[in-house]
Formats: sequence, C-alpha cells, structure tokens
Amino acid sequence: MAEQNRKSPVYLDYQATTPTDPRVVEAMLPFFTEKFGNPHSRSHPYGWEAEAAVETAREQIAGIIGALPKEIIFTSGATEANNLALKGVGAFYKDKKNHIITVVTEHKCILDTCRHLEQEGFDVTYLPVGENGLIDLEQLKEAVTDKTLLVSVMAVNNEIGVIQPIKEIGAVCRERKVFFHSDCAQAVGKIALDVNEMNIDLMSISGHKTYGPKGIGALYVRRKPRVRVVPMINGGGQERGMRSGTLAPPLCVGFGEACAIAKEEMGAEAERLRMLRDKAYQRIMEKLPEVYLNGDMESRIPGNLNVSFACVEGEGLMMGLKDLAISSGSACTSASLEPSYVLRALGLEDELAHSSLRLGFGRFTTEDEVDYAVERIIGEVSRLRKMSPLWEMVQEGIDIKSIEWAEH
Amino acid sequence: MNHAVYMDHNATSPVRAQAAVAAREALDLVGNASSVHRFGCLARRTVEEAREQVAALAGVEPEGVVFTSGGTEANHLALKGLRASRVLASAVEHPSVLKARDDIEIIPVDGEGIVDLKALDSMLAEGNGPTVVALMLANNETGTIEPVARAAEIARRHGALVHCDAVQALGKVPVDVTALGAHTVSASAHKLGGLPGVGALILAQPVDLIPQLRGGGQEQGLRAGTENVPGIAAFGVAVAAAASEFGHAAGLAKLRDRLETTVRRAAPEVRIIGAGAERLPNTSLMVIPGRKGATQVMALDLAGVAVSAGSACSSGTPRPSHVLRAMGYDDDLAEGAIRISLGWSSRMEDIDRFLDAWAEIRSGDVEGGFEVQPAA
Amino acid sequence: MSYSEKVVEHYEHPRNVGSMDKSAEDVGTGLVGAPACGDVMKLQIRVGDDGVIEDAKFKTFGCGSAIASSSLVTEWVKGKTLDEAAEIKNTEIAEELALPPVKIHCSVLAEDAIKAAVSDYKEKRGTQTKDGGTEEAAE
Repeated sequence: MAEQNRKSPVYLDYQATTPTDPRVVEAMLPFFTEKFGNPHSRSHPYGWEAEAAVETAREQIAGIIGALPKEIIFTSGATEANNLALKGVGAFYKDKKNHIITVVTEHKCILDTCRHLEQEGFDVTYLPVGENGLIDLEQLKEAVTDKTLLVSVMAVNNEIGVIQPIKEIGAVCRERKVFFHSDCAQAVGKIALDVNEMNIDLMSISGHKTYGPKGIGALYVRRKPRVRVVPMINGGGQERGMRSGTLAPPLCVGFGEACAIAKEEMGAEAERLRMLRDKAYQRIMEKLPEVYLNGDMESRIPGNLNVSFACVEGEGLMMGLKDLAISSGSACTSASLEPSYVLRALGLEDELAHSSLRLGFGRFTTEDEVDYAVERIIGEVSRLRKMSPLWEMVQEGIDIKSIEWAEH
Repeated sequence: MNHAVYMDHNATSPVRAQAAVAAREALDLVGNASSVHRFGCLARRTVEEAREQVAALAGVEPEGVVFTSGGTEANHLALKGLRASRVLASAVEHPSVLKARDDIEIIPVDGEGIVDLKALDSMLAEGNGPTVVALMLANNETGTIEPVARAAEIARRHGALVHCDAVQALGKVPVDVTALGAHTVSASAHKLGGLPGVGALILAQPVDLIPQLRGGGQEQGLRAGTENVPGIAAFGVAVAAAASEFGHAAGLAKLRDRLETTVRRAAPEVRIIGAGAERLPNTSLMVIPGRKGATQVMALDLAGVAVSAGSACSSGTPRPSHVLRAMGYDDDLAEGAIRISLGWSSRMEDIDRFLDAWAEIRSGDVEGGFEVQPAA
Repeated sequence: MSYSEKVVEHYEHPRNVGSMDKSAEDVGTGLVGAPACGDVMKLQIRVGDDGVIEDAKFKTFGCGSAIASSSLVTEWVKGKTLDEAAEIKNTEIAEELALPPVKIHCSVLAEDAIKAAVSDYKEKRGTQTKDGGTEEAAE
C-alpha cells in the first residue's frame, strides 16, 4: 500500500507531515498488541514494561538535541508543546516580566497563543523578517527590554524552510537573561541541534514531522538553570507534574525510534536531499522564466523548495498537478482560506503569493519522482501561462500593477 | 509475558485486534488530514469515519465529537473551556477533573460514593454566576454509577451546565449521552480497547467552548493540532466493537459476581466497596481488613495475575485513595484495597486463576489457612 | 477539494482559449477580477453586423472553476445576440458546472466578463449601455 501511494500521486509534502518510517512502525507494533500496559500502573509487569519503553524513548529524544532525558516532557504534539511553553512560562513569571518577543512568520499556534496572551496583559513584539525570511539580530537586541520574559523563534519555517540564526539568538537571550523558546518541529532530525550550545531553554518537537507517529510531541524544558512552567493539563501528575494524562507507549516508542534513526542518518540524508532539491530548482529555473524563489537559499533546510510562478494561480496549478501531493500558498488551497501570511511577510505581492508552490522532499523521495514532478510542473505552468491574461500582458510589456483592477 | 491474567482494565484495556489493525493501516496513510491533496483527503476521511463511529456510540451528531489526546485533556477542555465562574465537582471525581482548576468546590458523597444531590441543590442555590457541575458517570476505583441524569435535572433548574466524565463507562455499558442531560462528556480510547493517546470531548448540547490548544484550527477550531490519524482510526473501530458487545455486559457481571461471591464465602470479613450501589459490571474493589493492598497485589503478580492497588494515575509513592476517604473509609482500611477490573478480554478461566492465586495467598497468610469453595 | 466532471473536462480541454485584436472595431473585451484576489478573466467577443456574436475567446488566471466558467461562457455566447448574451446569469453557469458554494464567485465573475465585453463593444459602437459600464469596471 505504501509503495502504491508513493507511485501516484508523488508525495512532495514533507513539511505538512512525513510518512511514518517502516522501522518506526515495526517498533510500535508490539505496543499495539501484547505490550498494552499503562506505564503508570505500578503493580504489575504490564505497567513496568510500558514504563521502561517510555523511558528509553525519552532518552532517544533527549539524545538528538543534547538534552537530559528528565528535561523531555511528552505532549500530544508540537502544537501543545508550543502552547505549553508560552502559556506555561507566561503564567509562572507574569508578575515579574510580561514582554514576549516572537516573529511574524512563526507557526499559527505560536501567533494565536501570543494573541491570547496579549488579552491576558502581556506585551508581544512581532519581529519582521527580511525578504529572505530571516530576522535581523540587531532588531532582536533592540526589542529586548527589562520586561522581556521570553523570546520565541522557530528554527525552521514550515513554509519556506529557512533556518533562523538560532545560536546567535540564544546568545543574545542568555546575555540578556531572557528565556529562549524555539519551535523546532521542522528542524529536529533535519539540522543539528544542541540545546546547550544554542542556549535553548525550551524546545518544541513533533513526532510526525520527524518520520514518527502523529499525536505525540515533546517540550524540552531546561533544568539548569531551571525554567518553571505552569501546567495546562493537571491531574495524575505525570511528566513531572508539567503534563498530566496517561502516556501513550506506542506513540512514545515510535517517536523515540524516529529520533534515534534521524540522529544516525541525518547527515547523509541532508546531502542526498540537497542534491535532489538543487537539481529540481535548477531545472525549473532553466526551463521557465519569471520564477521566484521564496526565502533564503543558503540558510534553508535541504528538503524544502518554495517558488512562485508569475501569472499562474496556485489552485489552478494544483488542479493540473493532481498526481503530485504538494501544497500552495494560495488562499483557496489552505483550510483557513487565508493567503499565506509567511509569503506576505517576505514582502511578496498577493499575486505572487497566490502563485506559489511548496515542494517538500524527504527520506522516501526518489530522484525519479523529483524528475517526474519537475517536468509535470514545467508543463503545467507553461500550459496555464498560455491561458493567462496576466502572462499575455507581461509579454506585451504591460505592468500589471499599473492597471486599476476592479474589486469583486 | 507470563502474565496470563490481566484484570486491570480500568487502568488500560488491552488493544482490540481490530483496533490494532486499523491503526496499523492508518500508519500507512501518509498525509496530514488538513492537506488538500489525495493523501490529505484519505487521512481526513479516516478521521471523519471514526468521528461517526464515536458519535454513534454516544448518540450525538458527528459535529458533536471533538477529538483530544485523551480523557484528561477532554476533562480540561470542558472545565476550562466552558465559561464558568464556579465549578462544582463530586469528591470522587478523577484527579484530571479535581485539578483542572484550583477553585473547584467539592460536592460530598455518601458511604457508597454516590453524590449527595441535596448538597448539590443547596450549593447551587447559594452561589451565583455561571456554574458547571462535574459528575462522573462511573467511578474508576469502585465502578459505582453516579446519578448523572438526576444531577443534571437539578443543575438545569439552577441554570448550571453539566460536564460528565464518562471515560470508565463508555464502551463498558450502553450510554445514551443525550439522556444523561450533560452538556459535555469525556471519553477515552484506551479504556475501551483503542490506543492510548486519543480521547474525545462529546458536545451533547450546544455550548460555547473556549479552545485550550490554539493554532491550526482543527476540530472546528476547538482543539488545534495535527490529528492523530492512526489513534483516531483505532478509537472508531474499538468503539464499534465495544458497542457490538453490550450483550456481553451481562457476561462481565456474571464473571465479577462469581469472583465476589466466592471470595466472600471464603472470607466473610472481605468488604466489597460500593456494592450497595449500582456499579459497572466489570469492577470490584475489595478490602481485606488488616492487609496491605500493595502486598496482595505483589503476591498476585507473582502468581501471574495483574490487578491494581488503586488507580494508575499517581506517579509517585502510593497514596491513600481520595475516593475511599471521601466515602468515609479510614486510611488503614483504604490501604487494604485491591481493584479487580475486567473487560472485553476477560474469560471465566481468568476468574478461576484469580481465585486459585488468591486462595493460595490467603492460605499462606492466615494461620491455619482456609479453602476457597468456588461459587456454584 | 473535489471538482465536478464538467469542471475537470473544461479545465483539461478548455474551449476557445486565445486573444483577439482588442482595438478591432467588431471586438468587445471584458477584463474582470484582480490578481490580488486570485482571479482575472479576459473575455472577448467578435460581433457580426447583425448584432450576433460570431466568435468568443478567453484567457483566465484563476482556479479550475474560474477557467471552466470562462471556457463554458465562450461556448454559450456564440450565436447569441448581445442582449441575449447579457442575459446569461451566474446561477445558470454555476448549475451547469455544479459549482460548490465556495466557487460561486467564479460564475459571478464569468457573468461580469460577458457584461463587460458586451458593454465594451457597445461603447465602441457608440451605443452606451444603460449602466454605463466600462472595460475595467464591469460593475
């Protein structure tokens, strides 16, 4: 079944979710059947066995970011980890400091949580990004005040794949005695991360973006110097009191295995993906004029390409590329019906934001698939441009912006 | 594992074979259920099918099912999400209810653990402001069933909302969620043979709910986060399997009754907690006065029988049960309790194994020993 | 997202894609929508001396439903008089293509494109339409 899926459509949406690695599935399966114990049951081996497996997984997850196992708090996913980091730290320290700094291109769950905290009396600074998608460290330094409690900057952007200068941000935060939280859902297993070297105090991790299962993630919470977090979910007191609820051993085990595999294979995989991605990009640029890369090319994970095709509408393009599983920055193709705020933050015209495609490459992407996808994209963009009144105007030398477009 | 006999279903139930298959198949679905391409659509369809299955069990519309990471999160979503200035909860609620807020007012219970409805009535009459009453359907330690519908009627007269933690009851006995009169109801997958890591908050009546996890707009904006597709698929299948077995509930009661009758006959000093009230057919909380529950549990474990000394949630050292305290038992007695909880995988042979092991432990324990006579 | 068979058919095999000489006396051009909104339609008609539309061409920037809506109306307007063409309602287009509610605006845009092309032609011929529509602002 997996192989059939891989053939058609070709899966190139690795930033939305990654397939669960078969080795991860293998590790999980015993916990679907005979190893079903509740890891909090203290009175029989079913519980002990589950607890031991959960603790091994915790070590594996800690291992990929240079943390201690005790610093890993299991959550239901990166969304919960992000919510817990911001609300939890905010709630504990709010009487002392009430300023949070984040970035306009953060994941929705960070931005929504920040807006919620603003309603609760926090001040939030949303740093802009340059047209390459990266923040300006000077602007960060200027934004820090005596009231600044927390800086939250994602390591890798989910739409454009750019890597923020995490180590430098960490250094600024440590110097100014501000907590540093990083949403690393897209970064873990893709780039090398070390919480100590980078001075990260809290880090959100996702299972299913790392070839692990959905429904699980983790929040790394530094113990020295200690970061205090008020839990969002109370009850049984699991996860050092920071997150109650019965742990799910199959998910923990799968997540742990996924991290262990990623740690082992990250280097070689990155090299292979970079080769595939660069080949795809060069071929597209060679064959099609008026194509724009979104986000920095150098400071970018190898598995991401985000490009805009002038004068072609993204949803129309996606319809012609049904045999490719990809995503578009076009408003019509996102569940939220909003245009991509990330692309707009780069200063992109709405029209180019509508014309963007995100190609995500990953562990199971083959060169053959990439070649096929690229030829299909080139063919479909060319076809739609022949049909596009905007492309016609551009060819005639008319500046589209000079036209007074009617509202409808 | 050499443990042939698993009697700790209230902590977690073994995963049903069909549920494991559904999860295994869903693991091969690559997509994110929010993506618009074919992979995303397949993942979305799997989630929606499971939503219909859970809705069918609860007797609500599919839109009334909000998937969460488990029963604990569902309880939090209800108690923090319903706009209320007061939350009243029975003294025997699960810790995930009692600790959802730090200003919860406790409704007392009687000696069987049943909520005091008169106290509820007067508490509601005293206070003002929007109020939520939290009352579980069945207790995880004793299995006693609370009068949720009657409590809801009282709450309705006072204009209060009702949240019902039905984690232990759903899937074990038929539950007509709409007849409960509750506004929100919590469910957990792993208590009925699904996988851990999934639960649901069932919206039985229209309510205004503040989301607790913000972000991607999933679950009608009420609960952000990429859907746990395999876990949700297994939940749906487990729910359907549980619903098809409700005839079997009588069978469970028969197993449990045989166990209790035999034990009582052999040791008349044994007390069955909550036996005077209506109980789930699967749960038996037994106290042997003067005996540590933890010791009995360990001895049973050596004999290959898995039971528990209380609930599985306390992660630290064993503490006396807040449930038994609320029922008026002193800590010494409460420490003597062992919980036997049966479920879909339980067989008559399990009961016999338990009785054999228990008799052996008793005979080693008690001077002169005694014989266990199986009940007819 | 699922598209009706008719939308897919028009999207894959659009009818009458192309352009006419905008300045020609017998050609009316309608350009509606806006790039920022994700839809731009250009519809052109060639009108005979008898006032009957002889030919129609379109170019569309937009989703599959927008492309299908414009392709469909190029077929529909041919052989119609200007007044008959201007009578085409978006609801007819939406019904024919089985558009879902979120795509109704595509049919509205196609209706607007026809009206704009007709009005452009009439303007050229000195017979102003009663609502005085111009090329860019069909409404």
